[in-house]
Amino acid sequence: MAAVQETVDRVKSVDVDAYKYGFVSDIESEKAPKGLNEDIVRFISAKKNEPVWLTEWRLEAYRLWLTMREPDWARVSYPRINYQDLYYYSAPKNSPGPKNLDEVDPELLRTYEKLGIPLREQEILAGVQERRVAVDAVFDSVSVATTFKAELAKAGVIFCPISEAVHSHPELVKKYLGSVVPVSDNYYATLNSAVFSDGSFVYIPPGVRCPMELSTYFRINEQNTGQFERTLIIADKGSYVSYLEGCTAPKRDENQLHAAVVELIALDDAEIKYSTVQNWYPGDSEGKGGIYNFVTKRGDCFGARSKISWTQVETGSAITWKYPSCILRGDNSRGEFYSIAISNGRQQVDSGTKMIHLGKNTTSRIISKGISAGRSNNTYRGQVLAQKRASNARNFTNCDSLLIGETCGAHTIPYIEAKNASAVFEHEATTSKISEDQLFYCMQRGLSAEEATALIVNGFVRDVLQQLPMEFAVEAQKLISISLEGSVG
Amino acid sequence: MIEIRNLHAEIDGKKIINGLSLIVKDGEVAAIMGPNGSGKSTLSYVISGRVGYEVTGGEILLNGESILEMNAAERASKGVFLAFQYPLEIPGVTTMTFLKACLNAQRKSRGEAELTTPDFIKRVKTGADKLGVPQEMLRRALNVGFSGGEKKRMEVLQMSLLEPTFAILDETDSGLDIDALRIVSEGVNALRDPKRSFLVITHYQRLLDYIVPDTVHVMSKGQIVKTGGKDLALELEANGYRDYVGEAA
Amino acid sequence: MTQAVKALPTAAEAKLAADFADARKVLPGSGAVHALRTAAFDSFVVAGLPSRRVEAWHYTDLRGALREALPMAAQPPASATSALRVRLEKLVPRIAGLKTWRLVLVDGYFIADLSDAAALPKGVRVMSLADALVCGDAAAVELLAARGLGESDVALALNTAFMQGGVLVDIAQNTTLEQPLEIVSLSSGAVGQAVYARSALRVSKGAQVTLIESEACESMTAEHRNCALVIAVGEGASVEHVFVPAPLASGSTYVASLMTTLAASANFNSFTLALGGGLLRRQAFMRFDGAQGRGQLAGASLLKGKDHADTTLIVQHVAPHCHSREYFKTVLDGDATGVYQGKVSVAPGAQKTDGAMKSHAILLSDGASMNNKPELEIFADDVVCGHGATVAQLDDDQVFYAMARGLPKEDAQAMLLEAFVDEATDRVENEALRAHLTTLIGAWLSARRS
Repeated sequence: MAAVQETVDRVKSVDVDAYKYGFVSDIESEKAPKGLNEDIVRFISAKKNEPVWLTEWRLEAYRLWLTMREPDWARVSYPRINYQDLYYYSAPKNSPGPKNLDEVDPELLRTYEKLGIPLREQEILAGVQERRVAVDAVFDSVSVATTFKAELAKAGVIFCPISEAVHSHPELVKKYLGSVVPVSDNYYATLNSAVFSDGSFVYIPPGVRCPMELSTYFRINEQNTGQFERTLIIADKGSYVSYLEGCTAPKRDENQLHAAVVELIALDDAEIKYSTVQNWYPGDSEGKGGIYNFVTKRGDCFGARSKISWTQVETGSAITWKYPSCILRGDNSRGEFYSIAISNGRQQVDSGTKMIHLGKNTTSRIISKGISAGRSNNTYRGQVLAQKRASNARNFTNCDSLLIGETCGAHTIPYIEAKNASAVFEHEATTSKISEDQLFYCMQRGLSAEEATALIVNGFVRDVLQQLPMEFAVEAQKLISISLEGSVG
Repeated sequence: MIEIRNLHAEIDGKKIINGLSLIVKDGEVAAIMGPNGSGKSTLSYVISGRVGYEVTGGEILLNGESILEMNAAERASKGVFLAFQYPLEIPGVTTMTFLKACLNAQRKSRGEAELTTPDFIKRVKTGADKLGVPQEMLRRALNVGFSGGEKKRMEVLQMSLLEPTFAILDETDSGLDIDALRIVSEGVNALRDPKRSFLVITHYQRLLDYIVPDTVHVMSKGQIVKTGGKDLALELEANGYRDYVGEAA
Repeated sequence: MTQAVKALPTAAEAKLAADFADARKVLPGSGAVHALRTAAFDSFVVAGLPSRRVEAWHYTDLRGALREALPMAAQPPASATSALRVRLEKLVPRIAGLKTWRLVLVDGYFIADLSDAAALPKGVRVMSLADALVCGDAAAVELLAARGLGESDVALALNTAFMQGGVLVDIAQNTTLEQPLEIVSLSSGAVGQAVYARSALRVSKGAQVTLIESEACESMTAEHRNCALVIAVGEGASVEHVFVPAPLASGSTYVASLMTTLAASANFNSFTLALGGGLLRRQAFMRFDGAQGRGQLAGASLLKGKDHADTTLIVQHVAPHCHSREYFKTVLDGDATGVYQGKVSVAPGAQKTDGAMKSHAILLSDGASMNNKPELEIFADDVVCGHGATVAQLDDDQVFYAMARGLPKEDAQAMLLEAFVDEATDRVENEALRAHLTTLIGAWLSARRS
């Protein structure tokens, strides 16, 4: 027991206080007044100079939101959120919109440098990195910089802030915005529809393989500010894109709300790979502060033979409420969900996926690895559904949980619904702890208890790590060690 | 040199080692034989520092230094190596990753520089070739899906890489056919060195035909009850443990 | 957080409220029993009949199915029950090769005259529910209340509120029953009625019992059954339990609740064979109160037509070092709907829990659907828990293989289905009982073929 106990103690002591992205940038910002009403919605829309249809779309969402109730079915608990006590719009004062990098506030650039996010193209070009990543950096409510736009444009790829796409590509935005996550979808998605600030827009034209990884980096800086970004990715026929998303926030004593919406559309033969490393501030070891991450992510495999793959590494946030899903509408389409969710301290995670099989011969695969430590609770919640017409639907699900210490909880709640006689669904789940025999074996070879734990945990999540693009996999692996050990290295 | 003085140890309050004393000198290969339940495996765990095995009296000195207060990892870095009777599987961790992590952890704790990747790969490859361990096996998760013989070979490969000063082989012959036994034994024999000592735990004399010991100890009820040369093993094979197990009472 | 908004009461809910107001004065029991009934009914009034909005009833809409509340079954007159004596053996045939002591319930009421009460050996005490409630013995009331098991379930609360019949069986310490007890439930009603029975079996330290629940309906009229059985397995005691609910007329609803507690080193093995008929909700609540307990809930559901069968299990590991198994097979034909919800919950401190849950279903027709929700809720780290769920079809290759050896297609399918279901029935230890179940399954399969 003692070896394990030692690990547990270390984990306890780690502290989420060791969160290394917890600094605050001193940047002057412009904010809308606190609270939410139709005027605020109009204010946000006006700030972005939006067309009338979008203003009306927002207002309709706002009115609908007023009639809705916050969902209470997830295994998370938190004090009621006072939605009138939040700022719904905050923008760095000197950069009202995306600009050339030369014009971006140097303090902002320093912020992203500190976060390890390269925003200067020339530096990246001069550097040793073999694979280049185009970045859209979203700071509080607005996009502050998008890199490699020119080079992407050559390939016909559109990668820009959604606020810009509204003006530059209104037909695409109008056609697809809200087509996967309807305005009425759920409480947080509806709120997002009313007040969304910015986010990334991606369009890959037919037959184009996006020449580089696209990435959005989200940063919440302001106090009492909700972040409501909206991402829309459209992969036209036969195209391919890999998209990465990263997030951090400063350490603050109060909770901050993050209610994003991500919509993916894959047309015939298109493929979208969406990876997330979510490292929002998780709160301190006593559960004070941290981000409420209430996010709606959904992909529509609209076309035949299309494919959408979600990979997520969730280590941050005080509360995670997130179910990246796939609607398998096109015949022979495929959905995938790979997840690592690590909870420590007082974190609460309720995450999983939905695979909705509508088309014929659709397949889905779910691999979920949950690791609970400290006094956290970690729930996998997933739905696999084959509708009447979804003949030959196939699903394989594997969700494994690992517990470290006796004060945490690990829960698995799958919903497996077959309404078609030719569906074949397989689901398996296990819950276990790191065996003392394994720990002793590793320690006998010279590894400390913490190193042994990190090694075994990394082995446990390997199937999912392998799905991540290389740069992210390395970052994620480090993050896992930090989240669990703190004392390693 | 390892010296065990009047060792007493128990698990869950049950006494298993009862005043055991033993010296294995540098370069010596000592065998411990004994019937099932005599405490042989327990002794290997107590020496290597497994949690839950409580030492209630006595002393274990490695080159004059007591190791009782050290945890398993610290003892490993001091040169204690245990070849497990049942090596553990570590799913998702490739053999290469595991070997590198262990080797560098030990080097670090001894204040030595970490090996560069090319150096490390060269060492593993050389060791693996000697033991007939295919490269493909090194890319698989450690011990996952390995046969009994492959697992034991992997133990010996780890021993050759980690270069311990004191190695315990716990029933290394169990589950091996004659060919595997020969390969594993040759691997061990190649590591015999004036500065390295071995403690070979076995139930049968068979292994000692391949790894010829300098001394043979008979263990019963948590004590060494008889010590002799390699002929003692032959005598035990012929007459069984009957003559010795009574003496410990 | 927010409270669920309550809908207006349905006609059935309003009628139940009126029925309870009338019946509360005449239902057996006073004092503590009365309080138990009232508290249970109050919880129903707050929540209403369970609908899909209630997570535990997500796949079974009792509120929608109970369009009207049928009148409560009355105690059958002595003349009627004595006339039944002759027909009983035919209505509920004896199990081949197995002598049992029968305890007979007619419309939920215990009829001592029809039972083998006099033949029972020393160490077995039997009493009707009404007598137990009227005499108000605190231990008996606590046993029946089965506190902490299914407490939030509104359907069970209705049973608590209305329980009118049933039988209590007490097995003394270290008694080993030579032959099984068989609770035979007969519905005599020619008119639609509601039956609320609750029975209990207390098995004291070291005793060993086999309990069978057999059922039959004399006429196929739609009825509403809401029955519960409490089994308290004492320290080191051992109980095998087999339940075969009667297929009811279409339009019927049947909620059958089983509440089991296991003391230290207790052993419990339960099997349910559901053969369809109306809407069946089989819910089992099992709790390990002492260390080293072993409990198994297994079963098979064979469904066709418009059958709807829901198996919902909640297994609570409170004590350490216990071992639980849940193993269910479902075969679905026609437009049948199968539901399996299983929740294994491990409380803080219930270390060394070993829990495994499996649900496998085969869909035979386009109209059939299966819903699986195997859940784990773990608050202790040193545990080994897992679950598996599959939905699939018969293996075409296997069917072809058998056909290539000369079996007609239907026979080949029946053979494979039987093998599929056998993996569940194999878990029944009593050989004669296992044979009995296999016969019933064989009959369902051959009915499907013809």
